[in-house]
Amino acid sequence: MSDQRVLLQIENLKKYFPVKGDRMFEKKYVQAVESVSFSIYRGETLGIVGESGCGKTTLGRTIIRLYEPTSGRIVYDGTPIYDSEQKIAVNMLPYRRKMQIIFQDPSASLDPRMTVGEIVGEALDIHGLCQGKTERRDRINSLLDEVGLNTEHANRFPHEFSGGQQQRVGIARALAVEPEFIVCDEPISALDVSIQSQVVNMLEDLQNEKHLTYLFIAHDISVVRHISNRIGVMYLGQMVELAESYELCSHPVHPYTQSLLSAVPIPDPDVTRERQRILLEGEIPSPLNPPSGCRFHTRCPYATDRCRQEQPILKEQSPGHFAACHLLDK
Amino acid sequence: MTGYIIKRIIVAILTLLVIMTVTFLLMNAIPGSPFLTEKSTPEMIARANAKYGLDKPLYVQLWNYIKSYLKGDLGTSLKMQEGTPVSTIIFHQGKFELSLKLGLYALLLAVVLGIPLGCIAAYNRGTWIDGFLRVVTTVGVAIPTFVLATLLLVTFAVKLQWLPTVSGSLTTWKAYVMPVISLSFYYLCYVAKLTRTSMLDAINQDYIRTARAKGVKTRSVILKHALRNSLIPVITYLGPVMAGIITGSFVVESTFSIPGLGKYFVQSVLNRDYPVIMATTVVLSALVIIMNLVVDIAYKIVDPRITLTSKEA
Repeated sequence: MSDQRVLLQIENLKKYFPVKGDRMFEKKYVQAVESVSFSIYRGETLGIVGESGCGKTTLGRTIIRLYEPTSGRIVYDGTPIYDSEQKIAVNMLPYRRKMQIIFQDPSASLDPRMTVGEIVGEALDIHGLCQGKTERRDRINSLLDEVGLNTEHANRFPHEFSGGQQQRVGIARALAVEPEFIVCDEPISALDVSIQSQVVNMLEDLQNEKHLTYLFIAHDISVVRHISNRIGVMYLGQMVELAESYELCSHPVHPYTQSLLSAVPIPDPDVTRERQRILLEGEIPSPLNPPSGCRFHTRCPYATDRCRQEQPILKEQSPGHFAACHLLDK
Repeated sequence: MTGYIIKRIIVAILTLLVIMTVTFLLMNAIPGSPFLTEKSTPEMIARANAKYGLDKPLYVQLWNYIKSYLKGDLGTSLKMQEGTPVSTIIFHQGKFELSLKLGLYALLLAVVLGIPLGCIAAYNRGTWIDGFLRVVTTVGVAIPTFVLATLLLVTFAVKLQWLPTVSGSLTTWKAYVMPVISLSFYYLCYVAKLTRTSMLDAINQDYIRTARAKGVKTRSVILKHALRNSLIPVITYLGPVMAGIITGSFVVESTFSIPGLGKYFVQSVLNRDYPVIMATTVVLSALVIIMNLVVDIAYKIVDPRITLTSKEA
């Protein structure tokens, strides 16, 4: 499926949000994404999982530069579109045709004052993809058809649709510009369980038809496992483990991934009874003031002194399997 | 939609009846009489009262008002322009026109300047531009009209002598400047504040991110997506603004000596000219009610999610 050609390369990407400190004029930073590096291959689906607040969404939005990165380097198809060291920050307009995003909350991400036809058509207009009104209308209709909506839906407003249908509109809107790469930012977590599988299947069908590359963000590892070729696990703004889906789920090496996987419910009471759940203690620390050394050490059952002082780096533990943990350095 | 409008009109008529009753009772609760002067004797007052039906029980008097209003007759003035029909005083002596013109220009200024200023402040949030506008609008909301009007008068008419002290019947553009600014400044500042708040709210919404992801230019994002979504509170506010601007012009009309309806209205109260008080109140109330209906219909145009059904009204 994936032909191992790198489409998108992220190097040491950082995104900090300034916030007001406790004292006057004191500035603090929420370190939402801290030095994340990875590549996405053409045609693959890279899943990103992690707890709420671990920086998954920020990472997705920063990659397509909806948020301006604090530092790092983003290379798209061989062209750097952002590089803090060489001071490159290209005009994103042409790249908005290539990189798109599907948002988590479908009702909030559609302008309530515009009809579905206008929402989809606006993208066509901006990039000048249609000559004349008939072509534009046909294009909108075929896009709606592709995501399983009727052509008469074009004249309705977003609030007249159900959540699943709104998300379909969001997908049609993203597809309008014929992108190569789509960030799916928890596209199904706001939807009903019965709708979730429909939307996931549709995303997979569209990927096969249009040779799309996905960055699929979710907090539910079982969905990500189903759709992704590779999975990256994030904790507190950092990538802690990255591997092929099967490899990651069958041989997780990072203690955090292990605990995440042990929390996935298995619909078999016998297995569940046998299995040991690794329960993490405490809450996720604040990204305003992250722990020293390995960011996971405060909750890691195996933490050593080294973990408290030295930050582990993401290293290739076995071919294609990356993890950032001192315990693996034996 | 038609059913909704019909219902609103019925409610409007009922509202007017209540307003008439309350106004009638209040003006009769004020001591004094239109015929009370230094020279008048109790017999003269009693004769005048009998002539105009003021000796009858209050409910009969009120019923007479309602009856004649239903026929479209607003009665005749008792004192200020004795014997002249009130409708002539209000509509045919240029008073209403003058107040309306003043009010509409003030309204126009408040909207045309207030909304863009709000947008500019929201767009430049946290910068000195935003800070400056916040100070100006806060002062504008806090300062009373008569203080502002007097300040303008002293500065531009007395000291600098750029503008006339007496605006009169507003025959030149110079005459308009100060009355319009004094009348609209409060509303202008309020509209700017309101626009800023609701713009900031809109700017942080997901659909703004969607628009940016599509590649929409910043200016279009602001105008097409953010502004259109943040206008609802502003439009809601415009109903009371119209009411305030049209009925609240008394101070401004007095300060700049403009013979408008606002000034006349207050004089009619001081003179206990009952038919004039009643008629002016009813005409201005009707105007406010109509404006509110227009605003409600304007919602529908701006926000398709609002459905105008009689149930929701």
